[in-house]
Amino acid sequence: MNEVRKPPVATTGIIGWLRINLFFNWTNSLITLFVIYCLYQFIPWILDWTIFSADFKYNYLGEQITNQEMCSRNLDPENGGACWAVIYVRFYQFIYGFYPKVEVWRVNVAYVMLALALLPLLYAKLPYRKYFLYFTYIFPVIAYFLLNGGLGFTEVSTNKWGGLLVTLVLGCTGIALAFPIGIMLALGRRSKLPVISMMCTLFIEFIRGVPLITLLFFGMVMLPLFLPEGIDMDGLVRVLVAVTLFQSAYMAEVIRGGLQAIPPGQYEAAKSLGMSYWRMNLLIILPQAIRISIPPIVNTSIGLFKDTTLVIIVGILDLLGIGRGTLADTNWLGLSYEIYFFVSLVFFIFTFGMSRYSLYLEKKLKTGINMGAD
Amino acid sequence: MSEESIISLKNVNKWFGDFHVLQDVNLEVKKKERIVVCGPSGSGKSTMIRCINRLEEHQEGSIVVDGIELTGNLKNIDNVRKEVGMVFQQFNLFPHLSVKENITLAPIWVKKMPKAEAEELAMRQLEIVKIPEQANKYPGQLSGGQQQRVAIARSLAMNPNIMLFDEPTSALDPEMIKEVLDVMVDLANGGMTMIVVTHEMGFAKTVADRMVFMDEGKIVEEASPDKFFNNPESDRTKLFLSQILHQ
Repeated sequence: MNEVRKPPVATTGIIGWLRINLFFNWTNSLITLFVIYCLYQFIPWILDWTIFSADFKYNYLGEQITNQEMCSRNLDPENGGACWAVIYVRFYQFIYGFYPKVEVWRVNVAYVMLALALLPLLYAKLPYRKYFLYFTYIFPVIAYFLLNGGLGFTEVSTNKWGGLLVTLVLGCTGIALAFPIGIMLALGRRSKLPVISMMCTLFIEFIRGVPLITLLFFGMVMLPLFLPEGIDMDGLVRVLVAVTLFQSAYMAEVIRGGLQAIPPGQYEAAKSLGMSYWRMNLLIILPQAIRISIPPIVNTSIGLFKDTTLVIIVGILDLLGIGRGTLADTNWLGLSYEIYFFVSLVFFIFTFGMSRYSLYLEKKLKTGINMGAD
Repeated sequence: MSEESIISLKNVNKWFGDFHVLQDVNLEVKKKERIVVCGPSGSGKSTMIRCINRLEEHQEGSIVVDGIELTGNLKNIDNVRKEVGMVFQQFNLFPHLSVKENITLAPIWVKKMPKAEAEELAMRQLEIVKIPEQANKYPGQLSGGQQQRVAIARSLAMNPNIMLFDEPTSALDPEMIKEVLDVMVDLANGGMTMIVVTHEMGFAKTVADRMVFMDEGKIVEEASPDKFFNNPESDRTKLFLSQILHQ
């Protein structure tokens, strides 16, 4: 009588999954077949173009490629796919810009250190995580001296920086600085003191109401006018200021959204335990608000990382800028597919990484915690 | 009388916009006294006890708690809040912290207690509310009754002289009400000064030294439980009691 009944076979396992998700009814089946057909047409073609028929360093005659005329697809239009040799030849510029070759080890060290600094953020269970975190905090200072010079290192002017180096410097600094500034702005905007709240609101609304390009021009042209005479601000720093201001305004609104989701009872409980404004916010309110805001925080961060490409208009050559410069070179005319494909791929790797990281964070922070009232 | 009062409200008035929520409220509470406040919803009873630890600001009159007058002075407010613990209808536990962390947080950060000592204290408080086995769980994993008992333990960990309870059992399922009330009865028997806003008349009869009945922002009647339940003076109280006792 009490026999344990198994679910019908066709709803479990691979076949069940297929039935439920791909062949649920005849429209569903038709769409599935159509998509399979499209993939069948597209995948072999893209694989052939990017890998099997592509040139990497040598063309199909076995010669080393030094300009676009030697690409297989230009020698014989019937034969040959992508000509990745352009990336190979210009790789140094893509990664370091015009950084002097003798000093480039410093950039490499900075890249490795960046990876080390991110490690404790990526893996909560890292052994000796505390010490890695200390390193993360001092990393910006080390990176500044490494890349820029000083403390015995030869100075390398920022107008020699370029490519991925500039993209990462702008992206990482912008995101890292905008986070605390954004938190302060968000708290300020919700402050009961009218002067503080008005100033923060004005700042946020002004920055949000202006396109990033305008801010970049503002940083390049106007910022020096506000500085006392004799102080010359580095071009990259000016752009960084603009990018950070822009990002912190967006970050502030995202975090304010999280703050608004915290029930008033949390504030009351914290106050009734005798906590001051700052303790209440740091220990009770912000940890919850930031947790709620992780998806939009990562969203705006990804947005900023891509928006850094706009610096090209004020003459700074980031990854995309180097790509466009290469395209303007007569040696490599006409290789826009390869170059844009490569630039997109690099951006995709970083932004996809951020997106996965946010999913991981959401999962990690949710374990064992039920934020709702069941 | 006022010398031995630990809480003293004199002619307290408060408005929410145009709504006159507290009208000339006067209340004296002596040390170790247990007061139960009841009244229909919207009568201002929650607002009154929330004024006592300044979660709400009164606009006229004076409130003195343990010799400290509540004014705009932030230092005074902090000092009063250290003396006064509060338990809320919705528990208001911190969902991102474990039960133990919920309790140790304020002792560590407000009282600067060393972590080990605070954890010992937390375990002692959890013994008192009879759920030491839940120490490492998160609030979301507990039942309502357990959450409210953690909230009580969290308040007690700050070693307050006065405890305020704002409808502590109103958000609970019926079978969990008793476990929370039992803890509150223990607390009352231990000599804590308590002001409890509740509709649990059984609890009121057992522990209250004095009943306070509020309606439309005023204290309508103040009496011993015996007199309040058996021989109330005002018609409003009689009506309220007949409704609440015969539902």
